[in-house]
Amino acid sequence: MTARRWIEPSVLPGFGPALGFTLFWLGLLVVLPLAALVARPWELGLEGFWRSVTEPRVLAALRLSFGAALAAAAVNVVFGLVVTWVLVRYDFPGRRFADAVVDLPFALPTAVAGIALTAIYAGNGWIGSFLEPLGIKVAYTPLGVLVAMVFVGLPFVVRSVQPVMQDLDAELEEAAETLGANPVQRVVKVILPALAPACVTGFALAFARALGEYGSVIFIAGNMPLVSEIAPLLIVIRLEQFDYAGAAAVGLVMLGLAALGLLTINLSQVILARRGAA
Amino acid sequence: MSLSVENVSKRFGRFAALDRVSLAAVDGEFLALLGPSGSGKTSLLRVLAGLSRPDEGRVLFGGEDFLRLSPRERRVGMVFQHYALFRHMTVADNVAFGLKVRPRRDRPPGTEIAARVKRLLALVQLEGLDKRYPAQLSGGQRQRVALARALAIEPRMLLLDEPFGALDAKVRRELRRWLRQIHDETGVTTVFVTHDQEEAMDLADRVVVLNAGRVEQIGRPAELQAAPATAFVFDFLGDSNRLPCKVVDGHAMFDGGFSAPALGPVRDAPHAVARFRPHEVDLAVEGGVPVTITHLSARGALIRAECQAEDGALFEVDLLRDATPGSLAAGAKVRLRPRRVFVFAEAAAT
Repeated sequence: MTARRWIEPSVLPGFGPALGFTLFWLGLLVVLPLAALVARPWELGLEGFWRSVTEPRVLAALRLSFGAALAAAAVNVVFGLVVTWVLVRYDFPGRRFADAVVDLPFALPTAVAGIALTAIYAGNGWIGSFLEPLGIKVAYTPLGVLVAMVFVGLPFVVRSVQPVMQDLDAELEEAAETLGANPVQRVVKVILPALAPACVTGFALAFARALGEYGSVIFIAGNMPLVSEIAPLLIVIRLEQFDYAGAAAVGLVMLGLAALGLLTINLSQVILARRGAA
Repeated sequence: MSLSVENVSKRFGRFAALDRVSLAAVDGEFLALLGPSGSGKTSLLRVLAGLSRPDEGRVLFGGEDFLRLSPRERRVGMVFQHYALFRHMTVADNVAFGLKVRPRRDRPPGTEIAARVKRLLALVQLEGLDKRYPAQLSGGQRQRVALARALAIEPRMLLLDEPFGALDAKVRRELRRWLRQIHDETGVTTVFVTHDQEEAMDLADRVVVLNAGRVEQIGRPAELQAAPATAFVFDFLGDSNRLPCKVVDGHAMFDGGFSAPALGPVRDAPHAVARFRPHEVDLAVEGGVPVTITHLSARGALIRAECQAEDGALFEVDLLRDATPGSLAAGAKVRLRPRRVFVFAEAAAT
């Protein structure tokens, strides 16, 4: 009977040092700070921790952060797909420029983005002044939070889906067409399923980015407790009040929920990918 | 239904992919489009499928103007070289695709679709694989799924674009035989694109030889072998030896004072090139091209001899193994005398 090996031998040398370095690096950069976060809030005691994170203000902030981040990611998947479609499938003057514009939310300091968005969506701003008469207020409301999160998340969806859409085999659509599928059926039954794994990746990245977004959101949100205050801001407020344990408690809940969310998304990704490439 | 292509031209910029191509196929015929890459065979197939519009010309199918119809309306089954299967669907869903996308009033009920898928998978010998995904199949199996998918819509015509090009030689021969069987069972008019002359000769009722966007010759495989119309057809359909000659009254006269009957369109010419197949050569004691055998290789009942003349010209000769003296070896000096040759008009230019 042959013993099962712990790892399959590889022709590539240096597995040991490479794995060691990877673990060290991840430990130093990711695990250690997070471990500190996990350790911190317990000085409140279990009951104190529970009381700290179930305050109505905390619950409202968590609800807004996760709700808006999910909604923003969903909005980004839909409109990011449209943007990607146009960038990949059509050739038009200024396409390269439009392609570059997609990356701007990556590069801009988020505070600058927040101030710019606020200026535009405020009641007297370019867009806000049109929306105000319709009874739609964006700046200083939860809707403003959503707008800022959509802004920062857009590139993630576009850049996740773009390479996959570029590599999409034109023959697939031609095959579908000769088999009698109309344009809508070709998109819904052939193209979108092929893009689904990339869309999920883009959703996960945009969600994670929106959840952690701070700079742009706090300018446009108005930050009214219980209404338009996001969880990261609440953490900062507690820190400023020297309530380090209370801040860590909120942080820990965010960490847990975010990990849960990303895990779910990755699982669905695995299932989607398994169908295509077993 | 019968197919008729009349003077179809298609250009990409200054490159003429198709140059006034005309051909016809009768109902139920198996037609092969044969040519090297860039000869326009795939362009022509795409025009037939409706995936590309010709600049000029007409395509009639069953008397109907085919160019007016969209690919969906033509109801032709297309099989691509790289299968073009839908990776996210099971084998059964791939095959059922063309039925499921039909508008509700034309769509067969679910039970009938399932029954038809089952029948088709039996026809292509893939029973029991209906729940697999394309990624779990071998290349040959994938191409059979692609064919079943194309047949599911009960196509009026079947178009195949180098369907076996990506498969290894053995699977290819197997699928070839089996494709011919399916054609004979279904009786659907079939157009098959290939660059492999053996495949075309083996499968098709008639072969259309294409070169640089033009039809060189159309004919039954035996006709093409017996009476190639142009030098291109002769060279493309098999190994070819060349020897300068002059043609007098249907006889090719060679330097060295020997001659052979000249077939082909040229009856008289002061300067011409005679072409002959490796198996249509005799070894002669005198009166023939003096050559040195450079290499001998055994090929079943034949021995292929590679020979070089003094001026460097190379010849390939097939000798019957049983009729060849065992003393023949590389380095031997022999004389080659073609039994019969072909002389083509264009050959003078080369």
